[in-house]
Amino acid sequence: MNNKIALELRNITKRFGTKVVANKNVSLTLYKNEILSLLGENGSGKTTLMNMISGIYFPDEGEILIDGQPAVIASPKDAYRYKIGMIHQHFKLVDTFTAAENIILGNNEPYKLKVVNSRVKEIASKYGFDIDPQKKIHEMSVSEKQTVEIIKVLYRGADILILDEPTAVLTPQEIEKLFAVLRRMRNDGKAIIIITHKLNEVMEISDRVSVLRKGEYVGTVNTSEVSEKMLTEMMVGKKVDLKIDRVSVEIKKPLLEIRDLTVKSDVGTTSIKDVSFYIRGGEILGVAGITGCGQKELCEAIAGLRPIASGSIMHDGSSIVGMSTREIINRGISMSFIPEDRLGMGLAPSFSITDNMMLKTYGDGHGPFVDRKSARARASALIDKLSIVTPSTETPVRRLSGGNVQKILVGREIESGPNVIITAYPVRGLDINSSYQIYDILNEQKQKGVGILFVGEDLDVMLALCDKIMVLCHGEVMGVVHAAKTTKEEIGLMMTGSLDKSELKEYGKAKDSNLSEEEWKNAEKEMEE
Amino acid sequence: MLTSVIVNAIRMGTIFLFGCVGEILTEKAGHLNLGIPGIMCIGATGGAVAVHLFGGKVSSPLLVLFAIIFTMLFAALAGFLYSFLTVTLQANQNVTGLTLTTFGIGFMKFFSKRIYDQKFFVSLSSAFKNLFGLEKNTNPFVQIFLSHGILVYIAIIVAIICAVFLNKSRRGLYLRSIGENPATADAVGINVSLYKYTFITLGSAIAGLGGLYYIMDRSGGTQIAEAPIDSFGWMAVALVIASMWKPLLAAFGSIVFGGLSILDAMLTTLPLDKQKIFAIFPYLLTVLVLIMTSVVKNKNNQPPASLGLSYFREER
Repeated sequence: MNNKIALELRNITKRFGTKVVANKNVSLTLYKNEILSLLGENGSGKTTLMNMISGIYFPDEGEILIDGQPAVIASPKDAYRYKIGMIHQHFKLVDTFTAAENIILGNNEPYKLKVVNSRVKEIASKYGFDIDPQKKIHEMSVSEKQTVEIIKVLYRGADILILDEPTAVLTPQEIEKLFAVLRRMRNDGKAIIIITHKLNEVMEISDRVSVLRKGEYVGTVNTSEVSEKMLTEMMVGKKVDLKIDRVSVEIKKPLLEIRDLTVKSDVGTTSIKDVSFYIRGGEILGVAGITGCGQKELCEAIAGLRPIASGSIMHDGSSIVGMSTREIINRGISMSFIPEDRLGMGLAPSFSITDNMMLKTYGDGHGPFVDRKSARARASALIDKLSIVTPSTETPVRRLSGGNVQKILVGREIESGPNVIITAYPVRGLDINSSYQIYDILNEQKQKGVGILFVGEDLDVMLALCDKIMVLCHGEVMGVVHAAKTTKEEIGLMMTGSLDKSELKEYGKAKDSNLSEEEWKNAEKEMEE
Repeated sequence: MLTSVIVNAIRMGTIFLFGCVGEILTEKAGHLNLGIPGIMCIGATGGAVAVHLFGGKVSSPLLVLFAIIFTMLFAALAGFLYSFLTVTLQANQNVTGLTLTTFGIGFMKFFSKRIYDQKFFVSLSSAFKNLFGLEKNTNPFVQIFLSHGILVYIAIIVAIICAVFLNKSRRGLYLRSIGENPATADAVGINVSLYKYTFITLGSAIAGLGGLYYIMDRSGGTQIAEAPIDSFGWMAVALVIASMWKPLLAAFGSIVFGGLSILDAMLTTLPLDKQKIFAIFPYLLTVLVLIMTSVVKNKNNQPPASLGLSYFREER
């Protein structure tokens, strides 16, 4: 390995205001020809540190050395001059522009798209990307957008690449592709820093790992010499148990029963087709599937946010089709959906934690005035329970890091005491410790007899946590399997549609249904009318 | 009859076109400047000051040149003030703009009363009108294309230059990226504040010319203090939406707006109250365009995505 130092950080400190210290005395070394993972819990200052290298923030103390020379990176322009390129977690692309237009943005080169297109294709073939330079960004999938971001920095000749949680929104296949590209870039002499929470990815892709904890530098280790468990301990600062328990609970009657549900997408295509399933109280039903297979539409249909085309949704023996969202919430069905960009759903960003706690319970108070006192108590209880990192209960939510925002959303939904929880990607982008806290909360709810629909990404987690797993492929059910009796490979095959177990038995109908077959038929008739 | 309608529509539309192109540049930088009506008043005042100072002392072309320079300077200053408040101090754009409009109207009334002499201004207005000296020619082609004052042609040329700049040039691409997503522009090293200041100020300077055109050409120097320039300014802002942020479309749209806004004056056979109903036509058209662009959700006809939002780099 070529051991030339590409980038060195010495004693970097960054504060936001007087209270928040995002980075404290952080030192870091990055070599050429290597992939370095930057690991840390939510709010440990990884993104802030990287933003200082890419010129978005300026450090309050400390120095940055590039190729052994002290460098002053006061703006993104400076960063480009030092051949540093950052691929942000929230893509920085102009939606209405084409890929090529985005790539030359700020480049000060002639506006000749033909030249740009051919150079882009050259870069793409060198590292194995797949891209159409003339496609507009708003027509692209998430992984295509990410490709544009990476090519954008390569086009500018970046030698140091920083990727902020690049895998959070990709499918397993897309991740494989990305990693292949990253390896090719490393072998080409680039220095790469990758921020990720997923330990298996850290082990797979990186040469060395640097760990931050609460804004402070913990240490750097060679990936080949450590285990996932050791990394977790470095990150959290104490021993952690990496086992998810599947608590066994006495079987109860079905709480939510869905039969032959068909739901249309925003553009009118069918996203959920003839889906039938049921959730018992005290049961976690996992929903596996490649992103965009109708998970979102299914959740929204149950929560009353999206009209259904046909079928029936029964809660505790009576139909909830056509009820308003408020009525459905009052029946005890709560939904928390974490979208791909992790922002913007369910919380008001400029409201404080306290005010966000009140958003769903505004109707409960007496008299015309808001009851901040009890909301504040609930907010601080939540902060303690989920160890949310925040200066106070009155801090606007948008000032917190992504993971902490998510904990508030999921926490609020559970706190309202539902009997059915619909949760989609609750741990998306969360670090290990926070993820396990969320799993614990779900298990706790399960023990209380709550029925849980868990739409997830990580198959390992779903196999350990869920009782049963329903696999979706293009909006159709490929079967429901018992988590204890199946394998990751089997589910993988079902996800891509190569294995269809839905014919094997009447998977979606509970024997002890709350309704008799006759009543189901009547409900069906009513729907048709 | 038709010829005279078209000629008047073009001339009336010129006022809107200046304001509209100026506002398009501003909005492409992500700022909704509702101060445009006031800025047009301030521009008109600048032009009046130039006429007051140099009228009769310099030749006609020089007087026109000085008037244009003064107008643009006054209007640019107002635009710069707006930029300082909204870009640097991050003040609310709507409130700042509306305040500027109120201020601009008062500014014009206050100063024009002190310098305005109707006889003097009317006699000098000929310098601004009839660039080619063909106003008396009755040939319809000459009437429609060659009978106007210099500012009419400047307006169209400015619109064309802006269209080319926005769609074909590198800096135009940068400017559009700022209006769409300033964080992106910033991250690739474009100087967001500099661009915002430059194009808000330039846009204001261009808009100001609409005011000058009205007092010295369209109205022939007959009125300043009572000139309804602010209401023309609102039409210009409406035209930005109707033309879907496209300067070339704005050039055609301005003629349509011009035609619609003189409709009431042409229908003299109707009683006065019925005539006035036709004054709402341009706004009706704007509403129709808004409805159409909202129903047909074409990404290319939408306003700049971060229009009206302040940008601060370290915001989290």
